[in-house]
Amino acid sequence: MSHDAQVYVKSDAEFNYIKQKRRQDMRNQITTFAIMIFFTLIAFTTVAAGFSKYLIAPVILLLAAVQVALQLFYFMHMSEKNHNVPMYFLFVGAFFGFIFILTFLTIIWWG
Amino acid sequence: MDLNKKYTPQTWPDHPEQVTMEGKNKFLGFWLFLGGETVLFASLFATYLALKNKGPSGMEFSTQSLFELPLVFVMTMILLTSSLTSVYAMYHMKNHNFKGMQLWLGITVVLGLAFLALEIYEFNHYVHLGFNYSQSAFSSAFFTLVGTHGLHVVVGLVWITLLIVRNAKRGFSLYNAPKYYTASLYWHFIDVVWVFIFTVVYLMGVVG
Repeated sequence: MSHDAQVYVKSDAEFNYIKQKRRQDMRNQITTFAIMIFFTLIAFTTVAAGFSKYLIAPVILLLAAVQVALQLFYFMHMSEKNHNVPMYFLFVGAFFGFIFILTFLTIIWWG
Repeated sequence: MDLNKKYTPQTWPDHPEQVTMEGKNKFLGFWLFLGGETVLFASLFATYLALKNKGPSGMEFSTQSLFELPLVFVMTMILLTSSLTSVYAMYHMKNHNFKGMQLWLGITVVLGLAFLALEIYEFNHYVHLGFNYSQSAFSSAFFTLVGTHGLHVVVGLVWITLLIVRNAKRGFSLYNAPKYYTASLYWHFIDVVWVFIFTVVYLMGVVG
């Protein structure tokens, strides 16, 4: 239980492999970013186009949910190993958040 | 072990932010904090949704009369891009490219400042119209929600700027790698919140 860390020197093969892998990861991140931008464009366009609000609301909320999932799992690395506890913390927070919103809205609408 | 030990690209660990015990603790502690932040923002969203467009009778302000999509669109693009630039910074950290990381974090800060400037302009515009913080339940809920997000942007900018300046001559170490990593997580989280703000507040506000 100290600050000890083993210093491990990678062999050239290992080093090149991990470098290649990181480059591939970065390429995937850019794809993720492109999808996020695309979803944002769709969301703004649906609103600007003036469809019925009963169509728009579910569509843009779904797009937002997917975008947030991409941000969490790829940009914030939650899809990588060793992220069980972070996921637990975040999902518990999100669960309570969902309850808050449900409570506040039902108080107003049904109260 | 000396925390300031110098590494080379070939000895630099794959996950430098989680090698030391302090780094591991920071990583977990920071995610716990983000869980708490989720609850904070959810309560502000709940308040906003409950009080949206509510105010004194005859109030002339509504989401539809106030919000303008072009400005929000530009702000969204800026913040999304700044999220990508901080991913780039972390890519350079993993490759032990200190200058690359500092540069991309610098770009992130510039984009964050641009976002903040637009938000200040927007708030200022609303206040000039008479839609100030104490004007109505709606205005208080709106400014509290979006303003708390803006405050997070300010904190993130100060944090990242301090990291850039403080470590400029130090280079990478296992001491500062977790600091950079958590700062980038924080910046992504700001973007996560903004995705909900632009969707729930602005887009759904314009729709009505």
